[in-house]
Parts: sequence; structure tokens; C-alpha cells
Amino acid sequence: MTFLLDLFAQAMQMILVLALSPVLIGFTRKVKARLLRRQGAPVMQPWYDLIRLLRKETVLAEDASWLYRSAPYIIFATTWVAASLAPTFATGLMFSWIADLIALTALLGSARFVLALAGMDVGTSFGGIGSSRETMFGSLAEPATIMIVFVVSLIAGSTQLSEVAAYMASDFELRVSVGFALVGLVIVAIAENGRIPVDNPSTHLELTMVHEAMILEYSGRHLAVIELASALKLLLYVSLIACVFFPFGLAPHNGSLSGMGYGVVLYVAKLAVAGFLLAVFEVSTAKMRVFRVSDYLGVALMLGLLGTLLVFVTRSL
Amino acid sequence: MMFMRREKRGGEAPPAAPPSCHPWSRLDVGAKDWSAAVEEIARGDADLLSLWSDGASVYLATIAKDASDVVIRALACPDRRFPSVGLLHMPALRLERTIADLYGLEPIGSPDARRWLDHGRWGLRHPGGAREAIDTPSDAYSFLKAEGEPLHQIPVGPVHAGIIEPGHFRFTANGEVVVRLEERLGFVHKGVGQLMAGAAVAQAAKVAARVSGDSTVAYSFAFARAVEAALGVAVPARAQYLRALMAELERLANHFGDIGAICNDAAFALMLAQCGLVRERLLRAAAACFGHRLMMDRIVPGGVSVDLEADKIAELRGLLDWINLMLPRLLKLYGDTTSLQDRTVGTGALSEDLARQYACGGFVGRASGRRFDARRSVGYAPYETLSFELGVSKEGDVDARIWVRFDEIKASLGIIEQVLDRLPHGGIHATFEETPPREIEGAALVESFRGDILVWLRIGANGRIAHAHLRDPSWFQWPLLEAVIKGNIVADFPLCNKSFNCSYSGHDL
Repeated sequence: MTFLLDLFAQAMQMILVLALSPVLIGFTRKVKARLLRRQGAPVMQPWYDLIRLLRKETVLAEDASWLYRSAPYIIFATTWVAASLAPTFATGLMFSWIADLIALTALLGSARFVLALAGMDVGTSFGGIGSSRETMFGSLAEPATIMIVFVVSLIAGSTQLSEVAAYMASDFELRVSVGFALVGLVIVAIAENGRIPVDNPSTHLELTMVHEAMILEYSGRHLAVIELASALKLLLYVSLIACVFFPFGLAPHNGSLSGMGYGVVLYVAKLAVAGFLLAVFEVSTAKMRVFRVSDYLGVALMLGLLGTLLVFVTRSL
Repeated sequence: MMFMRREKRGGEAPPAAPPSCHPWSRLDVGAKDWSAAVEEIARGDADLLSLWSDGASVYLATIAKDASDVVIRALACPDRRFPSVGLLHMPALRLERTIADLYGLEPIGSPDARRWLDHGRWGLRHPGGAREAIDTPSDAYSFLKAEGEPLHQIPVGPVHAGIIEPGHFRFTANGEVVVRLEERLGFVHKGVGQLMAGAAVAQAAKVAARVSGDSTVAYSFAFARAVEAALGVAVPARAQYLRALMAELERLANHFGDIGAICNDAAFALMLAQCGLVRERLLRAAAACFGHRLMMDRIVPGGVSVDLEADKIAELRGLLDWINLMLPRLLKLYGDTTSLQDRTVGTGALSEDLARQYACGGFVGRASGRRFDARRSVGYAPYETLSFELGVSKEGDVDARIWVRFDEIKASLGIIEQVLDRLPHGGIHATFEETPPREIEGAALVESFRGDILVWLRIGANGRIAHAHLRDPSWFQWPLLEAVIKGNIVADFPLCNKSFNCSYSGHDL
């Protein structure tokens, strides 16, 4: 019975992230539109777009290799797994034991690697530009992520997300390092998801694109799957920030159904807050120059380093 | 009546041959004087306004430094060749290549023999001249070379992702840094010259209004003034003021739209939303006052076609008050957003020397220290009676171009206010005899939002346009865009491009 319940909770988590991620994108777009005095598309529009794309014919470049064709599915699979591992409404889910922070980073890194290769596969110049920029950002964002992971795991005594979340929920004490880690993670999240000021997800200017440039040649179901993967990635980062720094309302392991329901409601509320804040931030800033991104991500890396150092210093005293 | 001065002078020209070009002087020169004139431009003593041909002669329009009168020199080309202007003065190169494409006149000694507007897809060569048929469409074009181990090419266009016109940009970049940009234009060539040749004046005016949609008022204005100069038409005072009103409304709408669009290219959509709001209200006001959002075909030779009703004046004043209220907020939003300033300051800087050499008009020139505005420097009715400040900067970057545009917005708001205050009563259209006693030429220089538009035309004795040349300000701005992007990063190109906002259609004709 417990096994069935566990399985149910895990399955629910997987479906929940899949269902909610395009809605989060749609909600952010809606808020942005309202802030810009526009009516905006319906919140469900990303879902409509995905369904439309799935129905459409997939056009492949003549020179596309197997890598180009399989990349969308690899990216989607890794991102979905990653998003399903991070605690959203409950801790201690069935697969939580593999929800290691370093494993998450590696999963996302693999997705990035495959996407960058796919961007270069058909040999268009925009794909190359996108891949080059993405790898540059990635090489800066990943060390920062790892440093932030260290801060959190040193404090919680584990790299396992579920345990980190449980620790943060029960034995949380206010630390400067946690603040550093939070700011650092937000910076990384914005860069990793290609949001303003690092990349503009709604631009039509090929020369300024990063993520969009790599997927410029994709169409039909391939594009749908990639779009869904990037929606999942945004959701994953929001879940990550929510479960580590705002872990209230998470249903414990073997919790009741009502506890889980409560967790889901709170989780959706957290997503809404994050989406709203993201939209407000995006409206109030311009995109930065490509080479400024290194400074920006450098801040995240320094915050991670400082956080780690502070943890050590305070521990030894 | 100050504003009637020019028309009167145009009418006073001596009736003897050769055909003069009202209201300016036309000199029929030999090869020697032609070369002297070219040297004068190359030295920088005079600015090149345009270079064109009617198939038999080539014409060179120049304006001496600090002079207000344009000189048009004509050189007959009986052997279908003329001494290259581009050889000594780079800015003339593309105009020269266009002459070779359209009329088959060969510039002797030209450093660039490649075709420009002709992409080999018209099915014929020299549509304005001998019209030789060609069978196979071919589009071979050799871009200028940029070689080196780390360099790579990025072809962009001609079809772009946004709803904009077609044009090809060939970047050679070292990683992110642009080493060379070469443009290839001509994809929207419509054959305006051929469409106009043989058309009645009213018909040709409609073609002129459609050369570049965003400056339709300015084009109609320039074309009407050229016709009026040629035929010696005195335009009623009310029409003169209404023309200025339309021209300034168009300028305002374009400047607001573009400032928003530039900021949007830096992903700052808030500015686009705010500026778009102002632009939309301006366009709606134009539709309410003149019956067309862009005021197309509202300026016609002889006057204007629609009168401004008395109750609309109050409406316009209300709109002006609202814009005057919004403007400081927009200035603050632009100037105080550091992330936006970080993108625009220092990006795409145009040197004063280049701006001067290319005699580049409009806000692009004024942002790089070139104090030229056709409304002021050449002067035409009714601007002699209106006072306004020219915004000038020396920085020449994207930021400077935006500030100069903000200054022009302030100037235009002031001009509209003066126009509304002084709007005289009376007729709005003068009927005139369309058939001149003999072949006659006219020209006009009018400031569009982009810069000065030159229109030259010849009306035949049958009262139809024998030939017309419309020179868009973009001719001297497109080449500078190639210059300013050098050393900038690829991702900054959209920002530079938008801050220039050259016309594809006006250039490709």
C-alpha cells in the first residue's frame, strides 16, 4: 500500500511538473503583457502552441544528422527527469534518493551539451553563434551552480535535495551564506533559462539570440519537445529555489493525501509568486551585452565562494 | 509674405534655353568643370546631395558649405560614359553603380564595377536606357574579402525574422567582434523612375507618396514642391502651414515609434509600450484630422487635399498637452534605466569626419556634429516663419542619436503649436496649368524624419513627367552603418541598425 502511494506520489509529481511548466511560462508572459499595458495571450497559450506544433509537419535540414533528430528527445528526457526529482509538493518521494544536487547539475549540463551540438549540427551561422554563446554562459554558470550547491549542502549536511529541503524546513537558522546562495542561485537561474537580461526569449533578432538561435532550425514536434524542455527547466529552477530556501508546506515522507494536496496548492502559489517576480524583473531591465554576462555570472560564482568560505569560518569557530 | 519668396523667384527665371532647374541654378558643364566640382566635394568644400541620370546626361547636386542654394550640374554623356565621382568621393559609389544599372552609363575609373540595384533578375539590363533583354537570371555577387584564420562569415537576410523589409547583411566576424559588414540592397526595387516617366503630375505624385511609406508626407511634400517650383505655382498660405503640420506629425510618430523600437532591441519592452502608445495616438489624430493614419496623398502639387476642421485644432492641442506631459517621463525612463544606457552609450559610434564626408542628413548626421537640416539650412515654406531648435550632439553613438531624436520631438511639438496658433484662413489648393510652355525642371529638398529628401523632376511640354529622381536620405546613411558596426559585437548590430533606421524601399526605389 505504501509502495502504491509512493508510486502514485512520484507519478503525480512527474505529471504535475509537465503540466505546470508551460502554464508558468504562460503566466509570466501574461504578467509581462499586463505590465506593458497589453492584453496578452491566454495563460494556457504555451500549451496551445505545443499542441499546434505537435500536429505540424517536422521539416529537417538536408544535412541534419541523427544527433539533430535525437537531440530534442534527449534534452527533454534529461530535463524532465531533473524536474521530476526536485521536491515540489512533497519530500521523500520514491526516487528522491537519486535527487542529488550534483546529479541535477550534471543532467542539465548534459542537456546543454546536446543542445549546443544540435545547434551546430546543420551548419547555419546562427546555430553556431547560439552554441558558442550558450557554452560560454554555461562554462560560467556551472561553476557558480556547483559553489552554491556546496554552500547549501555544507549547511544541510547532504547533497540530496529531499534531505536539504527537510533540513531547511525543520532546523533552519538564518545565515549570511544562505542569503548569498539564494541570490547566486537566482542569478544562475535567470542565466540558465535565457531570461532577460541574459537572453531575450521573445526576440526575433537572430543576431542577439542565444537559446533561440540554437533551436532556430527546429520545427514541428522537435520544436514542441524542446520548448517543453525549456519550460521544464524554468520550472525546475523555481522548484529548486522554492524547496531549498522556502521549504514550508512540503508534505513529509509517507504524509497524508491532504498534506500532499496542501503541498500542491502551496507549490502552485510559489510558482505564481516566482513567475510574477520574474515578469516584473524582466520588464524593468534591458538585456546586457553578451560579454557583460561573464561579470554577471561572476557575481554568482563569488557569492557561492564567499558563502562556502563563511560556512567554513563559522563552523570552525 | 516670406514663405512665397521661393516660388516667386522660381517663376522669374529667364525664358531662354538651357532649361534651368527651379528654384536653383542648373549648370551645363563640360568634363573639366565636372571634375572641378567633384574635387570640390572630395575636398569637403561642398556636400554631395545626389548624383543621378536621365539616360542622356548625369546630374550632380551639391550644396556649398553654409550656403542655402543647391547647385545642379549636368554633364552630357554622348558616348555613354562619365568621369567617376566615386573615384574621388566614396559616398557617390552606390549612386554611380545605380546609374550604370539603370541607364547603362559607365563611370570611367570607378573603383567598384559591381552591379548594385540590378541583381540580374529583371529579365533585362538598363531598364531606363537601352533595355537589353537577358535570358538567364543570375545573381552572382562577390562580396568584399576579409581573410584570416579566426574570421567567419555570418550571412543575414535578405528575409528577416521581423516584419521589416528585405536586405542582405554579410558580416565577417572574429568571434563576436565584427570585422567587416557589407550590405547588399536592391531587393525592393520597384522602378520608381520608370513608373514616373510619362505619368501625369497627379499620378506621379501618388507614386512619390509610395516610395517609402513611413515618410510618405515628406515625399509628397518634396515632390509637390519640385512640381510647384518647376511650374511656378504659388501655394496658398493655409496649405503651407497644413503641410508643415502633417510633416511634423509624421516626424513625431516616427521618432516615438523608433525610440521605442530601439529600446525594444535591447529587450527593454517597457519603452516600446510607452512610446507605442504615444505613436498610436498621433496616428489616430492624423486619421481624425486628415482622414489617413499616415496622411498619404494628403499633400498634392498645388496645396493639400484635405482641410483641417476648426474643431480638430482643439483636439490636436489636447494631444500636444498630453505628449508634453508624457515626454519628461519618457526622457526619465530612458535616461535613468542604467541597464539600457549600458547598451546604448558608446555603441555604434559614428565619427564626425565620416558624417561630414557622407553629408549624412537627419538625426544620424546631427548626432555626429553635422548641423544640417533642410528646414533650416536650405529653408522652405513655411519653416522660415517658424522658430525651432536643432538638437546636435558630437558623440555619434546610439545614445546620441536617441537624444537628438528626443530634441527633434521637442522641436516638432513647438512647431505644431506655432502652426496651430498661426494657421491662416483661406484656400488650401491652387489650381495651376499643368502644361508648361516648354520642357521645364524643378527640384526641392525637404527634411523627412530620416533626413533630407531631394526630388528633381523634368516636366515635358505635354505636361507629363519626363523624368524624376527621388533621393532618399538613406543613400548616405546605409554606408555609414557599415562603418559604425566595425569593432562592435555582432549582438549589437540590431541596436545600431535600428538607431539608423534606414529605408530599404526609399533606397531601392
